[in-house]
Amino acid sequence: MGSMWTAIFTIAVIALIAGLALSFASRTLPADSGILVDQVNELLPQTQCAQCGYAGCRPYAQAIVDGDADINLCPPGGDDTLRRLASLLGKEPLPLAEQPAHVGAVAVINEALCIGCTHCRSACPVDAIVGAHQLMHTIIETECTGCELCIAPCPVDCISMRSPS
Amino acid sequence: MPGRLYQHAKSVVSAPTYDLGTLHGGLRLQAHKKVSTAEPIQQVPIPSQLVLPITQHAGDPAQPIVSIGEHVLKGQLIAESDGSLSAPVHASSSGKVVAIEPWPVARRYGDNAPCIVIECDGKDHAIETAESLPSYDILPADVLLTKILQGGIVGLGGAVFPTAQKLMQAITCDLEFLILNGVECEPYISCDDVLMREYAHEVIGGTQILLHALELEVAYIVVESDKPEAIRRLGEVLGEVGDARLVLKLVPTIYPSGGEDQLVQLVTNREVPSGGLPTDVGCLVQNVGTAAAIHKWVSHNEPLISRVTTVTGDGVAQPMNVEARLGTTVADIISFAGGYTDRATQLIIGGPMTGKSVSSDRVPLVKATNCILALSESPAVGAELPCIRCGDCAAVCPVQLLPQQLFWYACADNEAKMRLFGLTDCIECGCCDLVCPSHIPLTADFRMAKARIRELADEKARAERARVRFEARNERLELEQQTRDEQLAQQKQAARKAGPEAIAEILRRKQEQDED
Repeated sequence: MGSMWTAIFTIAVIALIAGLALSFASRTLPADSGILVDQVNELLPQTQCAQCGYAGCRPYAQAIVDGDADINLCPPGGDDTLRRLASLLGKEPLPLAEQPAHVGAVAVINEALCIGCTHCRSACPVDAIVGAHQLMHTIIETECTGCELCIAPCPVDCISMRSPS
Repeated sequence: MPGRLYQHAKSVVSAPTYDLGTLHGGLRLQAHKKVSTAEPIQQVPIPSQLVLPITQHAGDPAQPIVSIGEHVLKGQLIAESDGSLSAPVHASSSGKVVAIEPWPVARRYGDNAPCIVIECDGKDHAIETAESLPSYDILPADVLLTKILQGGIVGLGGAVFPTAQKLMQAITCDLEFLILNGVECEPYISCDDVLMREYAHEVIGGTQILLHALELEVAYIVVESDKPEAIRRLGEVLGEVGDARLVLKLVPTIYPSGGEDQLVQLVTNREVPSGGLPTDVGCLVQNVGTAAAIHKWVSHNEPLISRVTTVTGDGVAQPMNVEARLGTTVADIISFAGGYTDRATQLIIGGPMTGKSVSSDRVPLVKATNCILALSESPAVGAELPCIRCGDCAAVCPVQLLPQQLFWYACADNEAKMRLFGLTDCIECGCCDLVCPSHIPLTADFRMAKARIRELADEKARAERARVRFEARNERLELEQQTRDEQLAQQKQAARKAGPEAIAEILRRKQEQDED
């Protein structure tokens, strides 16, 4: 009978020590959120479209890791990205907040209408628009992520989205 | 038994030697080759119209350099290679360029491709060339490779990889053997067989040019054991040439022993590593037709403007091998071969295992077209049933993959697992389809899955580029902001140093100016 109590006591002491050590570690050792942010960023489509309300994919990844943002705010990523994020972070895959509008489309400048105001050039998050002040601008098709951020600033509405051929 | 085959050719210097390695799996298929090899190669007359796609090779499309209405001559360059992996296109006969437009072609993805359409004048005037050609053996390797690049020569076994680029990659490696692929293991196709019979001199000549360009000492000319005529003819020519560097080798008739990696395995008993090339194990494989084309271009200045192709199947009146100008439509070639029979229901460009069925015979003959196959209704194979995990597919897979396992992952779209199980090493030979008792179209599924993997990789590369550009832009904006802040701070400091009197002075002067 006595040996049983010894065993229970020993196990309890081990559990207590382990529990204390773990709680100490979680309080003092810094959680390495940088790696997690990189992992989340890796899964995002890098369109830098800001449709999630953050200034690009990396800021959104940071917000997700900090717990400020939901994982369903990325329309260009679609359901695939949502599913991968959910499995990485161990969260429930919520339905997408907004459906993607033009999948795989790129922006095209109607060069006859362009007045060379440079507004779209400054808006482009990936420097995919070339052109100088008062000269015609154009979009480097292979670099355009289709984020549509250049459309709103254009004063003459000469930018449109074109689906891949 | 193969020894008996050579009794009549005892005098030849080059007796065939036998293979060392063994091939995993594979199938012995009904060959259907005799029907098209009875007659010698027939020349198809120049058609009234030639349709030349600008993409007849693996890699980037060539760029057209002729305009509509321009008169072109036979052998004239009409589209030049563009990009690091590309091959030029030459006019196959003389005539007028009437259009550069999308035209139906036989290729894996998409039905139409841009083509240069030439209306032939029937005169077949050739472009004037330099009178005297330097002999290849005084040319250094790089000049020879440039020459091969200009000839528009691509791998004629079916993969149409630009030959010059393949050679350029190969000379950077530690090579031991040049392997000439005359195996042609797929049923129905016999164009390499007849080419070796009738153009044996060209094949041997091309091999010598390749040996010179690569500075190699051993070339194996490998032929499947079911081609006695070709073996005899090659043996004779080798005897005449008397070049000890060239060795004739025989391999057993098993599909797909003609696959590049499979052939290396059979001939040298070296396994090409996963995702690697034969050059990784010291081998370079070239098709016999490619060697003949190289000889024609380097020694006779004839660019690649025609090829030998097999027209066969029970849907063709007179199955035969023909030599036709590139750009001749399949309809023209079939009508030359006596037209379709009443039973013809399907048209396949390429062989029955790896070919592509097309819906129109307006497609042109291109560098890749080794066979035009018109078949009657194939016997119904039955509906697709669930996999019963019998494992027959794994037993026949020449790459030793596990098709049934890959099939699950392809269904689940599990990219990581598909890579892990070596889907990218699948050569799409179709053996697993044939043996599957559940009639699962495995090869088609794998082809789609491979395309999906490629698509994902492209997407990933694109996203990575966008990320780098985004971060570079942020850095630049930050730097600009910093410089602006610094400038402002400096100005502020300068003003503070000057004191309030100086500021008042400046303001007074400004006021005076305004009043003037």
